[in-house]
Amino acid sequence: MEVAALKMGKGGGGGGGEVGGEKAKMGFEETELRLGLPGNMGGGEGGEVSMRKRGFSETVDLKLNLSSKESSATVDPNDKVKGLQKEKNLLPCATDPAKPPAKAQVVGWPPVRSFRKNMLACTQKNSSGSSSEESEKAGGSAAFVKVSMDGAPYLRKVDLRMYKTYQELSDALAKMFSSFTIGNCGSQGMKDFMNESKLMDLLNGSDYVPTYEDKDGDWMLVGDVPWEMFVESCKRLRIMKGTEAIGLAPRAMEKCKNRS
Amino acid sequence: MAYSFPDEVLEHVFSFIQTDKDRNTVSMVCKSWYEIERWCRRKIFVGNCYAVSPRMVIRRFPEVRSIELKGKPHFADFNLVPDGWGGYVLPWIAAMAGAYPWLEEIRLKRMVVTDESLELIAKSFKNFKVLVLSSCEGFSTDGLAAIAAGCKFLWWLFSDFGWLLPGKCGLLYALYVDSFLLIMLYRVNDDHVLQTFVYLGLEGIIFQAGAEDSDVFFFLTLIWNLRELDLRESEVDDLSGHWISHFPETYTSLVSLNISCLGSDEVSFSALERLVGRCPNLTTLRLNRAVPLDKIANILRRAPQLVEFGTGTYAAELRPDVFSNLAGAFSSCKELKSLSGFWDAVPAYLPAIYPVCSKLTSLNLSYATIQSPDLIKLVSHCPNLQRLLVLDYIEDSGLEALASSCKDLRELRVFPSDPFGAEPNASLTEQGLVAVSLGCPKLQSVLYFCHQMTNAALITIAQNRPNLTRFRLCIIVPRTPDYLTLEPLDVGFGAIVEHCKNLKRLSLSGLLTDRVFEYIGTYAKRLEMLSVAFAGDSDLGLHHVLSGCESLRKLEIRDCPFGDKALLANAAKLETMRSLWMSSCSVSYGACKLLGQKMPRLNVEVIDERGPPDSRPESCPVEKLYIYRSVAGPRFDMPPFVWMMDDEESALRLS
Repeated sequence: MEVAALKMGKGGGGGGGEVGGEKAKMGFEETELRLGLPGNMGGGEGGEVSMRKRGFSETVDLKLNLSSKESSATVDPNDKVKGLQKEKNLLPCATDPAKPPAKAQVVGWPPVRSFRKNMLACTQKNSSGSSSEESEKAGGSAAFVKVSMDGAPYLRKVDLRMYKTYQELSDALAKMFSSFTIGNCGSQGMKDFMNESKLMDLLNGSDYVPTYEDKDGDWMLVGDVPWEMFVESCKRLRIMKGTEAIGLAPRAMEKCKNRS
Repeated sequence: MAYSFPDEVLEHVFSFIQTDKDRNTVSMVCKSWYEIERWCRRKIFVGNCYAVSPRMVIRRFPEVRSIELKGKPHFADFNLVPDGWGGYVLPWIAAMAGAYPWLEEIRLKRMVVTDESLELIAKSFKNFKVLVLSSCEGFSTDGLAAIAAGCKFLWWLFSDFGWLLPGKCGLLYALYVDSFLLIMLYRVNDDHVLQTFVYLGLEGIIFQAGAEDSDVFFFLTLIWNLRELDLRESEVDDLSGHWISHFPETYTSLVSLNISCLGSDEVSFSALERLVGRCPNLTTLRLNRAVPLDKIANILRRAPQLVEFGTGTYAAELRPDVFSNLAGAFSSCKELKSLSGFWDAVPAYLPAIYPVCSKLTSLNLSYATIQSPDLIKLVSHCPNLQRLLVLDYIEDSGLEALASSCKDLRELRVFPSDPFGAEPNASLTEQGLVAVSLGCPKLQSVLYFCHQMTNAALITIAQNRPNLTRFRLCIIVPRTPDYLTLEPLDVGFGAIVEHCKNLKRLSLSGLLTDRVFEYIGTYAKRLEMLSVAFAGDSDLGLHHVLSGCESLRKLEIRDCPFGDKALLANAAKLETMRSLWMSSCSVSYGACKLLGQKMPRLNVEVIDERGPPDSRPESCPVEKLYIYRSVAGPRFDMPPFVWMMDDEESALRLS
């Protein structure tokens, strides 16, 4: 069923041209949209915009000649949006609408509350035995954990499934709490933790040290287990002052020794 | 000409005027009506906690009894608003603690509520009755324990000597004598007066008995009158399951308790059972997942008056004695109208609720992984169902059964069982929704997650159900076209807005061009809230919406190619709306600055985790943009990744 072509009425801000049923050409040179402040209504037609009745006295008239020459306004939206996205937020390609995009997880899509996502994740793990294989796929359920940092005024949350290595996590955490120093959390730094004397040097410094609470309720230093195991067992993260984390180190060493 | 009606008469007349809209209108008639109305307004709704300051609210409305506040933008539900953005309730509680000692109800949505705030609530409002925390976070069971304990804290005291300040004493002394709560109060002030008060419930028989010198200093408490504690879908840090034992043994006034969000954190069962047993007015009880199936019967038998009940985990090995006990317990609840919970539901135990199904008006099975055949059996027992929340396991066949059994259905929500799978998890298509639209004449509100849609289906739905007021469709894979014609879904959604003239809320999905926004701008004149994702081609789309939708209050947009032009051209429109959210669009920093400078009544927040927008070119698009009208001016509790685009005046003021 074909809906008849619509005529666009003139909207607020003056100067809107007529638009036919087919996709309009982006002739902004014709429309010359201005800053639509209250009181600045070109012509006296219709008055469908409700704020006119308020009778604002300001009559600032700003003309913004945003022609198509300006790169910012008319750059191909895909490029722009991709530039915005961080690597991990893959945006589905819009140039080929018929094909469903790759299985990439976009932040906040589909719009299901994390409350519900977490509930369903538990349910599925209980009911289906094959879920551990399926969680391999990029679209696996999110693993949000809280991150607190000593001295920071509020908590943050990270989705551990967004990252594939400790380095990526460390970069993200560093960005999040960028006003504080985190110190070297690279994978080499993680391995350094396992070397007892280097560990002591690091902890005696004033740097911050990332720790996490595992499924058993123990507080461990981040980096002592393979990444996948860490994602499975991490319940929450805490970035502690190096001096406070000293007490953790021997336990971490013990757990590590018991495992190997 | 002065009014000849005395104020009391007008006040009495105004007491019949309940809605905010009407109250606001009344207050604008003339100055004296404004004055009378503001003194007798008891209920306040603040849709955006940053649109106005607590001080302003208190100054205008001195006698408020009930307040509702909303904090974060809606997209915070989907993790689009970084943590720490704001929405703190403490400044409000602190201000109201002094100004509204008789406050009875606090309802909060998407706000950060700390244990400190909860403790302050518990000790500041002596007549406190209702606490609803919807999608809030920041508190733990310690805060809940403070709410439960209530009377262990200090209260404001009304006496002939005026209001006393709490904090001057540490102990209270209370005796439960017959049906009185006898409280001994000793107070020392300049006059060294001893006072004794007796309270019976709220109405209170207050009398004063003698006066003596004393240098002992105690404070008074009241019978804790909490009626409703509803945690909706909040996030609670659980430190101890024993918070529920903090309700005193003498406390019997609970009417509604919703702790379903506590998940698998254990709550002390015996304390819960005792609490339920001693509260005869309890009509709503929603348990959390940790409560096992075999405990339900005991709880139900203690509260046969329940109207709304939410189970915990609804799974156990099938045992005839447990089953018959459970079925018996359900049948003893003659007033039950609403059921929810059903985590991990096992089909074998579903028939236990059949005795109550014929009276059910609301059923939430959205955490129950039951398959279609069992769901069909269940809904066919519920002819009076008005509200159904369910997973896509219901499939088209289940929705067809629903359409033929439940002619009174008003609201349907179908959630995805596997939101991240690109392939459908269940046989749920557009046909199911079409069937319900055809069979359920009273259907008004729809939330539907699916994998495929056609324009034809949407047109049919629109023609069948012009009485729709809320239509939220989420096609799981972004930019999915009509799967039969491969065209955009513009025409389908156009039909929805054209036929459903009372449509208040709309969420779009699928492949959509600027054309759909043209339809929306033309037809959706009553639309108040619009959610847009991965849609549109150009600024013209946004321009259609902003210039055409007269009733628009909230607009939230993500991942659309909308830039500066439409936003700036419709700047004035933004003052008529509550808020606009745009993330992953193409609005430049320069445009945000301009908007902030020229629109002093708007707060323009740039949310960008890449660092200061100054460090990038002005033409660079911002990550996220949140614009809202405000009479409170810029806020000062912003985290480092939020920048407020100041107006020229405030910039001058600060310099």
